[in-house]
Amino acid sequence: MSLADHLPILPVAIPALAAPFALLLMRRRRALAVGIGFAAALAQLAVALLLMARVSGGTILAYALGDWPAPFGIVLVADRLAALMLVLTAVLALIVLLHAVVTRADGKGWHFHPLFQFQLMGLNGAFLTGDLFNLFVFFEVLLIASYGLMLHGQGPARLKAGVQYVVVNLVGSALFLIALGMLYALTGTLNMADMGLRVREVAPADQGLLRIAALLLGSVFALKAAVVPLHLWLPRTYAAATPAVAALFAIMTKVGVYSLIRVVPQVFGEGAGAAAFAPAPWLWPAALVSACVGFAGVFVARSLSEQAAYAIVGSTGTLLIAVAGWSGASLGAGLYYLVHSTLAGAALFLVADVVARRRGSFGDTASPGPAFGGRGTVALMFMAAAIATTGLPPLSGFIGKLLILQSAAALPNWGWAWGVILGTTFIGVIGFARTGSAVFWKTNEACETPPAPETRRDLLAPALALACLAALSAGAGLASAYADAAAAQVLAPAQSAAAVLTEGPR
Amino acid sequence: MSYEFLVASAIGVLVAGGIYLALRARTFQVVLGLTLISYAVNLFLFASGRLVLNRPPIWDKSVAEYTDPLPQALVLTAIVITFGMTAFVVILALRSFLETGSDHVDGDTVPCDAQDGLADGEGAEP
Repeated sequence: MSLADHLPILPVAIPALAAPFALLLMRRRRALAVGIGFAAALAQLAVALLLMARVSGGTILAYALGDWPAPFGIVLVADRLAALMLVLTAVLALIVLLHAVVTRADGKGWHFHPLFQFQLMGLNGAFLTGDLFNLFVFFEVLLIASYGLMLHGQGPARLKAGVQYVVVNLVGSALFLIALGMLYALTGTLNMADMGLRVREVAPADQGLLRIAALLLGSVFALKAAVVPLHLWLPRTYAAATPAVAALFAIMTKVGVYSLIRVVPQVFGEGAGAAAFAPAPWLWPAALVSACVGFAGVFVARSLSEQAAYAIVGSTGTLLIAVAGWSGASLGAGLYYLVHSTLAGAALFLVADVVARRRGSFGDTASPGPAFGGRGTVALMFMAAAIATTGLPPLSGFIGKLLILQSAAALPNWGWAWGVILGTTFIGVIGFARTGSAVFWKTNEACETPPAPETRRDLLAPALALACLAALSAGAGLASAYADAAAAQVLAPAQSAAAVLTEGPR
Repeated sequence: MSYEFLVASAIGVLVAGGIYLALRARTFQVVLGLTLISYAVNLFLFASGRLVLNRPPIWDKSVAEYTDPLPQALVLTAIVITFGMTAFVVILALRSFLETGSDHVDGDTVPCDAQDGLADGEGAEP
């Protein structure tokens, strides 16, 4: 094996090594810890791009950990979808890390950098693994790091929201394990590709159990994706977290969506009998309601960060409308929108933080406050992020929603999808216009102007996020072609099964 | 009564008690409920390899039948993870009680002061 063959393990290994080093150095030499954080994030981006270059032709890289043959050992599988998620995670991580360091949010509590790296390790591992139990383990890794990050900076509000967040996720983990136990009992394997083959042989008497396992697994992923009615934990948690952390959490709901996209076609695909696409009929209406609830929240939110949190719920709903079609075109559109909505959600949180840092005691509440310095630039950034989130031209949200609408037109009940997506876009535009005019336009003469910020460097990270969105719009042809190819690959699980299960006795 | 019935009903009782406790308002009961649920989940995982009596899990020349070793490894992982998580949630609940003066999970009995009024009490309902 040459060194290049070990590429798939690097996105997990790099943060796993960086985290303890950052932990050792954080106390005494913050600059070194910051350096390690950036170096690790840059290395992950480089590895992710390399992986993407290697798999973009359609090859599927299977990496057997410890060289145990596939159904018995744990495999990491890098295909187009996994590479896309890795690149997205690395880009988002760089932006968020930059913001945290520039605003010194990383110094407000202990262990920001180690937790950040462990979070990335969990995310990268969840995107790469080809083993269902290993997916659970990486979920736990990213969750326990996210508990620490969510509580970063402390304070009563954060602790209160943190308790709920932890309890909800512990229940989710318990359900995940129950579903895993049922699937193992029925199929005798935990390797996703192998399980996809073995569900076909499940006895007719056990079909009901298989269906229950599929639905349980689906609801666990829906909980992570914050789909209505399992979304109640998200707005409070994200609005209470440090904004830089909330921006990183923009990808956490996408982990749930990713798992649905990965597991449903591969394990509960065409051949799965009673469990074939079992979560799909529930996902579709839930996605429609999520989009409505999310953008209704955007409409009534009283602070910019709360609005950003509801925008995440709404955009995940929109994304799942596309995913729930389970066709190549709709899934491809969904994947493009997934990349866009992650970056747009992060941009919203970062802009909300920039606003809060300039308005003194007013924070990011959507009420007329003091006329702070440099309003013009911040207002433009907010407008760009809002345009991207709601899906107005020229940014990538428009293209993403257009692709989703186009692909939904082929579905039987396309009227609902069109109505909900267009209606929520309209509501979202009004909601953002309302908060934007309250924060940037109307000023309260009575309050004194807060001191001008010492530095304008904190505009850098949100600007970078918006630049990524602009690049995603400019390169929409390339990006959506890649997304379509990734969707086609996910919907043809036989390819990945062939790549994963080449060795060994099967 | 068979062994299977005993294990199945034990899991059922644990889950029922766990769900009841997890839905209570105070953090201590919720933590206890989560612990009961995790015990049930561990038993369930263990049983997913079928319940076999007096059989070795590893290869032996003289034995023809085995018990499935994999669920035991899975349970071990699950126990370690839930143990860590439980310790974390206990400390978190304690910190939250000490800082806010209330051990209610939803925190609604706490009068929130003006500054964090927005981030606290509100926002969970659309």
